[in-house]
Amino acid sequence: MDLINIILQGVLVGGLYALFAAGLSLIFGVMRLVNIAHGDLIVLAAYIAMEVIRLSGLPPLVALIFVVPVMAAFGYALQRGILNRTLGGDLLPPLLVSFGLSVILQNGLLAVFTADSRKLDAGVLETASVSFGGLSIGLLPALMFATAVAVIAALQFMFYKTALGRAFRATSDDAEIAELMGLDRRRVYAWAMALCLGVVAIAGVFLAIRSNFDPFMGPGRLIFGFEAVIIGGLGNLWGTLAGGVILGVAQGLGAAIDPGWQILAGHVAFLLILAIKPRGLFPRMDG
Amino acid sequence: MMQFTISRATLTSRIAAIFALVLLAVLAAAPWWASSSFLHLAGEFAVYLALATLWNLLAGYTGLVSVGQQAYVGLGGYITFSLALFLGVHPLLAIPLAGLVAALVAIPVASLVFRLAGAYFAIGTWVMAEVFRLIAAQATALGGGSGISLPATVTKELGGKWLREASIFWLALALGAGCLALVYLLLRSRIGLALTAIRDSEVASTSLGIRIGRVKHVLYVLVAGLTAMIGALISLQKLRVSPDAAFSVNDWTAFVIFIVVIGGIGTIEGPIIGTIIYFLLREFLADFGTLYLLFLGTLAIVVMLGAPKGLWGYAAERFGWSLFPVGYRIHFKE
Repeated sequence: MDLINIILQGVLVGGLYALFAAGLSLIFGVMRLVNIAHGDLIVLAAYIAMEVIRLSGLPPLVALIFVVPVMAAFGYALQRGILNRTLGGDLLPPLLVSFGLSVILQNGLLAVFTADSRKLDAGVLETASVSFGGLSIGLLPALMFATAVAVIAALQFMFYKTALGRAFRATSDDAEIAELMGLDRRRVYAWAMALCLGVVAIAGVFLAIRSNFDPFMGPGRLIFGFEAVIIGGLGNLWGTLAGGVILGVAQGLGAAIDPGWQILAGHVAFLLILAIKPRGLFPRMDG
Repeated sequence: MMQFTISRATLTSRIAAIFALVLLAVLAAAPWWASSSFLHLAGEFAVYLALATLWNLLAGYTGLVSVGQQAYVGLGGYITFSLALFLGVHPLLAIPLAGLVAALVAIPVASLVFRLAGAYFAIGTWVMAEVFRLIAAQATALGGGSGISLPATVTKELGGKWLREASIFWLALALGAGCLALVYLLLRSRIGLALTAIRDSEVASTSLGIRIGRVKHVLYVLVAGLTAMIGALISLQKLRVSPDAAFSVNDWTAFVIFIVVIGGIGTIEGPIIGTIIYFLLREFLADFGTLYLLFLGTLAIVVMLGAPKGLWGYAAERFGWSLFPVGYRIHFKE
């Protein structure tokens, strides 16, 4: 029963990792950009949520009404102002600019909010749980997982059933032809980043409810998201969810053996899958 | 018929070479004329110059953008300490051994991370560095998460205070100048020609018969070994290793990337200029702490967007400067 419980908790945490990863997967799919500052943007969203809650007194999940649009607008501006200038075949500029952005975000947050670790208080949601047959499921992890499924389903719907999704897919397939058809690629990319940071906002708020956060947590979250994307296979959002779940379960099993092995076990699972199936479990596109 | 001559060296490059040799000789004598704080600073300068030169060789010439070189810095330190503490190896002898062991470790690591293409390679190397750090934190014999200092009995093997400081400085100087010389000679060789071709176009260089995969693999392993030797030296400069410091992404990768980007990526001179700028900025701005890092990050972004080849690349293009010529020039006679 213990083992089943560990696996179940791991699956639910995997939902959070899928939320970290979904935005990463989306922008890679649309513009082949790997944003090194992705994790730091998740942490930025957590701090923005903290400020929104401090000013308004809203509960964390309701605060998302403000945090999501703020982050999305920031994403749009970031893409149009900075990141669009780095795109164009060469790998280095986007990578190094987003690396610089990561350091700026970390130290900016440190300067404004100090290094103290913070947490969002979601009240009864954090401790409530339902138990049946010896298993106990926390309400928060369950909600996190359900949100991940809903976000990925929504992204999937948007990608394949809407005009915006068609624009994303067209630009991803061939940006130049898409421009001939009247799409402005800089705008398409900006919308993709806006959407990405909308998802990042949700991930940031859940992160901040679930555990303590500080300005330097970003890189770790980037790595978890990245591992989920690679395990699941590039270009496959449901695969990313599976990747998050595998990572969560591996970490849970590692922690059960020795708390020091929690993160290490996740990395080892990632490296094993990379060794056995270099393209991930369910790949849809090439890197 | 048109007459022409082909030359490699220029007047500037000859002057630069003489200047470099004189500078090296003066610096080699530094333990006799400089204070120990100067030796410390110069040693640190050499360490960053070496790290930046090696990272530039990977990213600027081979397109292997690694954000996980701290894996080998830390590994070098930990191997040195293990050899000195458990096998009684003399610390200075442990430095080349650490390089060798790390190069052997890098072979299987490379075959894993090379499965990730482009930007995902970068994060893959970072994961590797995290794995190394977490394993080091589990090594209770080496102090676990809090690390370990080199005991006085081992430190004594390095000699008295003067000799210890001098030999660590000489090693740093040798590694800094050695890495620079190695990259210069490498780029003038056939491998250098292959690297430059890969940098300019992978497709075209494959069609010319360059085995890109193998060149990249060999270079990754070479750079890993040398980076570990620098890491070994750093551990002796500090006389202490701990997982968080030895495998620090900020200290051993972020600063190094900023140095190379600001100075000029894909040029030999870039890392030198970048290291000088980095140390000048640090001297004047380090008191501002986090603001200093904010400034450095912003400067790197501005340079990357405005002058993608860095300050040196910008100047070289504009004025035709070249201190370390690796190409040939053709002069026509009327």
